[in-house]
Amino acid sequence: MKYVYELHKTMIANNLILVYEGEFTQDITKSILAMAERNMDAIGELGGVKRKVFSVMVECLQNIVKHSEELNEKDEDGLKNNAIFMLGKQINEYIVTSGNPIRNTAIPAVQAKIERVNSLDKDGLKDLYKEIIKNTEISDKGGAGLGFVDMARKSGEKLGYSFEPINDEYSFFALKIVVPRSE
Amino acid sequence: MEIINLEGTEETPKVILDKDNGIFEISGRSLPEDVRTFYQQILDWLDKYAAAPNPETNFTFKLEYFNTASSKVILDVLTKLENINGAKVIWYHHDDDEDMEEAGKEFQDIVDGLPFEFKTY
Repeated sequence: MKYVYELHKTMIANNLILVYEGEFTQDITKSILAMAERNMDAIGELGGVKRKVFSVMVECLQNIVKHSEELNEKDEDGLKNNAIFMLGKQINEYIVTSGNPIRNTAIPAVQAKIERVNSLDKDGLKDLYKEIIKNTEISDKGGAGLGFVDMARKSGEKLGYSFEPINDEYSFFALKIVVPRSE
Repeated sequence: MEIINLEGTEETPKVILDKDNGIFEISGRSLPEDVRTFYQQILDWLDKYAAAPNPETNFTFKLEYFNTASSKVILDVLTKLENINGAKVIWYHHDDDEDMEEAGKEFQDIVDGLPFEFKTY
């Protein structure tokens, strides 16, 4: 049972206030959001900071829900319920982190999207947002293709990301979004 | 004309579309998993309304939060309103919510044929 204490210490050391691992659905998204909201309300977090964290969390969680359907339907790889979401709280910022398996073939497109977003300043992001919203259609998965742009706008900082190889077909996509605790 | 009156939930907004009483409002939170299904009834209603609209249509948006998928369908709603004579958007934002104010201004830029009035609550 030592791992319980080890995990507890890891969470404290990394200032993690919320960690969820497993299956991601819209209902679970709502529960995670409700917990995070309660946590921020309890410490009297600034309204603007709370709204930004909430917003980044929604985009992040709904991304995982939408893209988990792309994985092997029979789930032969056992990857379907293999995503993680974390919320960390430092003195000056909140850190929203997620990790989920993606197909290796999808990596270039995801990376290009994030790199484009990271190359833009505040006005550039605003223009990109407008360009996408005018031309996009809601995909079959229910997305508008605006998630990363919106995360970057709410954050004001670059999106952090990495792809760790799992096997020939899949990698683990980790995403990190920082939200400053000042308005 | 039929009235749409939907109670808000933690993931869908409150919606009132009532031609006879001149009430047109979307308020609360919008982060449904399937935005198309939820907003289709609103778009369909507006298509019917556009055939014989009131002289004035003051359409209130009083949103606390919406996700990016909702922002696309909100633009679809605004685009429909743009083609209705006498339509105007009353865009509410919480007095400390600059992001919601800016979101309204961005919609205003995109749908430039539709008048916007900004209010705080």
